[in-house]
Amino acid sequence: MHELSIVSSVVDSVTETLKAYPGARVKEVRLRVGVLASVVEDALQFCYGIATEGTVLEGSALVVKVLPVVAHCASCAVDVEIASLQSFRCPRCGEPVSDLRQGRELEIESIEIDEVTETV
Amino acid sequence: MTTRIVELRRGILKKNDELAAGLRERFEAAGVLVLNLVSSPGTGKTAFLQRTLTELLARGSRAAALVGDLETDNDARRLAASGAPVRQINTHGICHLEAEMVGKHLEGWDLGALGYLFIENVGNLVCPSSYDLGEKIRVALLSVTEGEDKPLKYPTMFNSADAAVITKIDIAEACSFDRETALRNINEIRPGIRVFETSAKTGAGLGEWLQYLAEQRGS
Repeated sequence: MHELSIVSSVVDSVTETLKAYPGARVKEVRLRVGVLASVVEDALQFCYGIATEGTVLEGSALVVKVLPVVAHCASCAVDVEIASLQSFRCPRCGEPVSDLRQGRELEIESIEIDEVTETV
Repeated sequence: MTTRIVELRRGILKKNDELAAGLRERFEAAGVLVLNLVSSPGTGKTAFLQRTLTELLARGSRAAALVGDLETDNDARRLAASGAPVRQINTHGICHLEAEMVGKHLEGWDLGALGYLFIENVGNLVCPSSYDLGEKIRVALLSVTEGEDKPLKYPTMFNSADAAVITKIDIAEACSFDRETALRNINEIRPGIRVFETSAKTGAGLGEWLQYLAEQRGS
């Protein structure tokens, strides 16, 4: 259960970004999380409300895009999606695959903010 | 008010990743092989490491260890019995080690004088997988008492490992440990991984493990 420290890092990062947009309000924070990243969306959502309290992120929504494992199959010479985490094998030819191309991501993709429009 | 989408594309653990990259450079420049040992609580990381340190020192190698636990310095005291320099990292509730903790506990150590540095992580098969410590080799340990399907239950950790160690094989029979199934499960999660079957008590498998360490240091 390290989701709280993950979410705290998100809060720090977004707060830092927001310095370039004075007065702006965060509406949504979008994450990309690989299924091998060892974080659970429910736990992230649970921690998000607590970690954002009293920050510029308070009241914003957390949107988590979960990314499946993609590995390169040397036999088929293509990237394939691995559906089961209990068997790292190419779904086309059945050969074991160890060259992972996706699935460990743990990143902030973007944030949606309401900016203060300057009035002339 | 205007709505705007700001693209960030930023790693959430960027700070840790950057610190780990810095540590990795330092380790490589110093010529020290660094290993990160991960397992459940109770697998026998400390006993395995104590035996490894003792054997390395007996062969004239210089090895040191950092050991992470929530509380107590019991493990550091056990490991120090090997004669190797050891430091305890107490995380006080945090379920994994982070690169910053490792960096802080290396202060004053001459890395250039070391051949091997072992980092025994907090016993936890989930969270430590997300945190790079700058190690060259991540070793996932599994004891014969834990069940052959442990790798299937914790694929994120076993898939991120570079080597696997099965511990306590001296009591395998008493636990009805199914060796073939365990090896097959490890290989399903991390195809081609090197697996060492060991006993810290009898010394079984230690020779092969030590040879692997020497090879990895040389490469």
